[in-house]
Amino acid sequence: MWNPKAECLSREELEELKLERLKSTVRHAYENVPFYRRKFQEAGIKPEDIRSLEDIRHLPFTTKEDLRENYPFGLFAVPLKEIVRIHASSGTTGKPTVVGYTREDIEVWSEVMARTLGMANASSEDVVQIAYGYGLFTGGLGVHYGAEKIGCTVIPTSGGNTKRQIMLMRDFGTTILCCTPSYACYLAEVMAELGVSPRELKLRAGLFGAEPWSEGMRREIESNLGIEALDIYGLSEIIGPGVAAECLCKEGLHIWEDHFLPEVIDPATGEPLPPGEEGELVFTTLTKRGFPVIRYRTRDISFLLPEPCACGRTHIRMGRVKGRTDDMLIIRGVNVFPSQIEEVLLSLGYTEPHYLLVVDRERRLDVLEVWVEVSEDIFRDEVRGLEELEEKIRREIEAVLGIAVKVRLVEPKTIQRSEGKAKRIVDRRDLK
Amino acid sequence: MTVKQISVFLENKSGRLAAVARLLASRGVNIRALSIADTSDFGILRLIVDRPEEAYRALKEEGFTVSLTDVLAVAVPDRPGGLAPALEALSEANLNIEYLYAFVARHADQALVLLKVNDRERAVKVLEEAGFKVPSPDEIYSL
Ligand SMILES: [Zn+2]
Repeated sequence: MWNPKAECLSREELEELKLERLKSTVRHAYENVPFYRRKFQEAGIKPEDIRSLEDIRHLPFTTKEDLRENYPFGLFAVPLKEIVRIHASSGTTGKPTVVGYTREDIEVWSEVMARTLGMANASSEDVVQIAYGYGLFTGGLGVHYGAEKIGCTVIPTSGGNTKRQIMLMRDFGTTILCCTPSYACYLAEVMAELGVSPRELKLRAGLFGAEPWSEGMRREIESNLGIEALDIYGLSEIIGPGVAAECLCKEGLHIWEDHFLPEVIDPATGEPLPPGEEGELVFTTLTKRGFPVIRYRTRDISFLLPEPCACGRTHIRMGRVKGRTDDMLIIRGVNVFPSQIEEVLLSLGYTEPHYLLVVDRERRLDVLEVWVEVSEDIFRDEVRGLEELEEKIRREIEAVLGIAVKVRLVEPKTIQRSEGKAKRIVDRRDLK
Repeated sequence: MTVKQISVFLENKSGRLAAVARLLASRGVNIRALSIADTSDFGILRLIVDRPEEAYRALKEEGFTVSLTDVLAVAVPDRPGGLAPALEALSEANLNIEYLYAFVARHADQALVLLKVNDRERAVKVLEEAGFKVPSPDEIYSL
């Protein structure tokens, strides 16, 4: 355990700490972010109205759209000179969602991520290979700072170059692997092809997140790599990786409640749901200074498990994320919205584009295929013309999403029409 | 001298070509010539039929992506070396052939070649000056 004192606080101490920090965060946001002040005023709420943790339900929600509308720095609560890091993730349009961290915030992030690595008993003896992407995406650097805080030996391999990943894992004696669960499966598969046995490695644990996965995948990763595989959760809007993580009991993810206050709401009504009931996860940050977030609607579907955990940590647990309330897809850790594809097609001259996103897992990697119906407004009588069109659509989509896609031209009516909301996604990734 | 060709977008999956043929048959439309240009994913079916407008409407109603394309027909002697001079004439006139396909008409010693070129009017002139017959659309449809 990285921080036994904080991780095993009594529930009373935790509740008290949470309330004190909630009050302070609400005041900080109200005083320094015009967006929050306006929203609170519209809701008829003042910071002093928050007297108990239950009062949080009077505060308005914050959504991804709010973040987008305040692009780039509108939700920052401190001047830019106090911001030491900026990260961003893709949004529903070309504009990313921007988040900023003060030096203190980076410290908080390192702390929660150190606790997360501590779930796998990470110590300064460990060699941690971080195969999450480094850069604007919060995955790589988020895990990195936590591992350094513990004093682990960090190998920042970032994503890709699988053979080299395996070589370094073997040659440097990696003990803990951090990447997406699908990449862990893929690594295991390539290792088998290369004839590299898990016994040649010192790997003993893996922390896998940034996409939904299942017990089946866990069993596969654990047996193929000979490790303990733990689920971690986080999102850049809240802080990045390290919001919650599984302990070795593997029965839900402990949410670091002294830093993040979780709620589960009914996505349709916005009403809080009692523990155990499934709904949309909502988080309020309790210690962030640069980018405090009040009641952020994650759109992730989960539930809270308030019962004590056998590991001794007192922080509440959440169930594995089951899905999303919106039609967002997570492909290799990248957020993909059908509306992004639609905009590309509209910009290429489609008046009413019919398209479908088909996601598959090939050789353990997510593959996104975009089916586009060939309507008369884009039909060309020459193969070359259609191939050029296909290539153009592919390039434009890749430029917007930042990941490779396959484009497939299909006949009209191939894509099922529905009365209400069009079905834009077929997810064939088997999560069983 | 413009022949109306029907172009249909087809995915490469079994039964699609048959579906087109069946539909046209049900409307009593007779296919005079056809060709398919394809890739691994999709193909473009090109048809010359006796009643192009009607076939176009029928296919459209059935939900196919279809267009009417103007092509040119030229009659060449049905013997070795019959085609080459026609192509040479077009090439010398700097005319670009986007695609072509041929069919042999019944009861004739002539082969018909269908061409999509970048400048149809000039191509007709060039071919006729080179001594080739350019049949009228009606001659083609009623073959
Ligand atoms: Zn536990």
